[in-house]
Amino acid sequence: MKHNYAKAITKGLVIENPVLRLCLGTCPTLAVTTSVFNGIGMGLAATLVLICSNVVISALRKVIPDKVRIPAYIIIIAGFVTMVQMLVQAFLPAVNDALGIFLPLIVVNCIILGRAEAFASKNPVLLSAADGLGMGLGFTLALTLMGGIRELLGAGTLLGIPLMKEPMLIFIMAPGGFFVFGLLIAAANALAKKMGKQPVTQIGCEGCPNAANCHGCDQKGGDGQ
Amino acid sequence: MADSSKLTVSASPHFHCGETTAALMGDVLLALLPAVVMSGVLFGWHSILLIAVSVTACLVFEYVTRLLLKRPNSLADLSAAVTGVLLALNLPSNVPWWLPIIGAFVAIVVVKQFFGGIGQNFVNPALVGRITLMVSFPQYMTANQWAVPTTDAVTSATPLASIANGDLPSITEMFSKTADVDPLSMFLGLRPGSMGETCIAALLLGGLYLCVRKVISPVIPLVFMGTTVGITWIFGQNPYYNLMAGGLVLGAVFMATDYTTCPINLKGKIVYAIGCGVITAVIRLWGGMPEGVSIAIVLMNILVPHIEKLTTPKPFGYVKERKEGNV
Repeated sequence: MKHNYAKAITKGLVIENPVLRLCLGTCPTLAVTTSVFNGIGMGLAATLVLICSNVVISALRKVIPDKVRIPAYIIIIAGFVTMVQMLVQAFLPAVNDALGIFLPLIVVNCIILGRAEAFASKNPVLLSAADGLGMGLGFTLALTLMGGIRELLGAGTLLGIPLMKEPMLIFIMAPGGFFVFGLLIAAANALAKKMGKQPVTQIGCEGCPNAANCHGCDQKGGDGQ
Repeated sequence: MADSSKLTVSASPHFHCGETTAALMGDVLLALLPAVVMSGVLFGWHSILLIAVSVTACLVFEYVTRLLLKRPNSLADLSAAVTGVLLALNLPSNVPWWLPIIGAFVAIVVVKQFFGGIGQNFVNPALVGRITLMVSFPQYMTANQWAVPTTDAVTSATPLASIANGDLPSITEMFSKTADVDPLSMFLGLRPGSMGETCIAALLLGGLYLCVRKVISPVIPLVFMGTTVGITWIFGQNPYYNLMAGGLVLGAVFMATDYTTCPINLKGKIVYAIGCGVITAVIRLWGGMPEGVSIAIVLMNILVPHIEKLTTPKPFGYVKERKEGNV
């Protein structure tokens, strides 16, 4: 069986961009993207965790019992997050200060658990690593874009270089975050439509990674109970 | 053969009263005219200029957005012009000329057209424009920067001495009447404030016109103002000054009564207006900001669908459906 590694990497950028198309990991997205620097830092930290956890979970996919898979995934992810956190604290203290609580919170980032459940647990190791890389890059791309727009409009700077005279403070506040997020989702949907993918209009069981185990779809089918 | 066009039955409604959106919006514009004129009288030509900029920006954004979204041109319904005037009247008169343009972008493009255009916006566009500007540019939008009405316009206005000398009463001082502003000059608008909110006489005149023309029902403004004044009175502030200072009258008459964002039936209107009044009073009494009319209206705008759902009248003879288990 031949695997398409290039597709596994590129699909995370636009068509299945975790933040803008799958709407996963919105909490760190909205919270840390007040500047480009924070966006890149958060994105790369999550990418590293995502690749490592995808590889390990994929390697252990036949060992982990189905019933306790979620705790098992969480422990693997938490291990890598702790490592990344220690590395960042040691070598990049500025990033650590900027990201604060959101760095350890990568543990509960939906993207990582979502990819473990939806992809790594069903695919071979290398392909899972490619998926982790693609998804991580998509996450980093979305965060960098959001951070760039918010920093430029809200603080008048880009990577700390002053560019604009009278910034609109609202963009570095929470409402501005939601505002930019919404516009970027719209842009990503438009782009994906151009690339031949219909925008996600309804969240149904089809896209749910848990569909095989959850019997919600059967009930909706109307067999009475 | 019989003329088949006479036999065709179309879906209701079968009669049209002749009222159009453009006519309604024209009435609102006419009602706003006194406030616009008074803002020119009180704050000078600069304010008229700002209103013109705001209206032009709204019209241009409306036209361009609808063109880009491939929707029919809707400039003729005048709703964008009303938004432009209301937005400008909500700004202080000494803001830079480009500020209303940003406000117009937020109001027309983001709040109105992104949600589908006239009749589809879930909150009042002009108010969101104002709030965005207030949050984004506090250096222009906070009360201590506001311009003072020119004293030249009204002769022998002695009570204005304190204002004219640059001794600005803050809005909080005005509410509790620790500031030295006399009742009549507050009614006429001789106090610092947003361009359109100060002249209560002009606003009431416009409101009266709208009520007489049956464009708005007086329920929302009266209940809204009554609730705010009543609550602030109970908590020891001066009721007259709470009515006159701040944007209460402008908000209650022109903003809270927007068709799209207020409930349809009477019960809903009362609930909505009381909610607006309570939030305004709470922000005035205990909030971090001195004034909260715009935020109160936007918050209640968001609740309108729920209010509508709870206040839908029951049809005559309606029996609640029984649960199967109880039969």
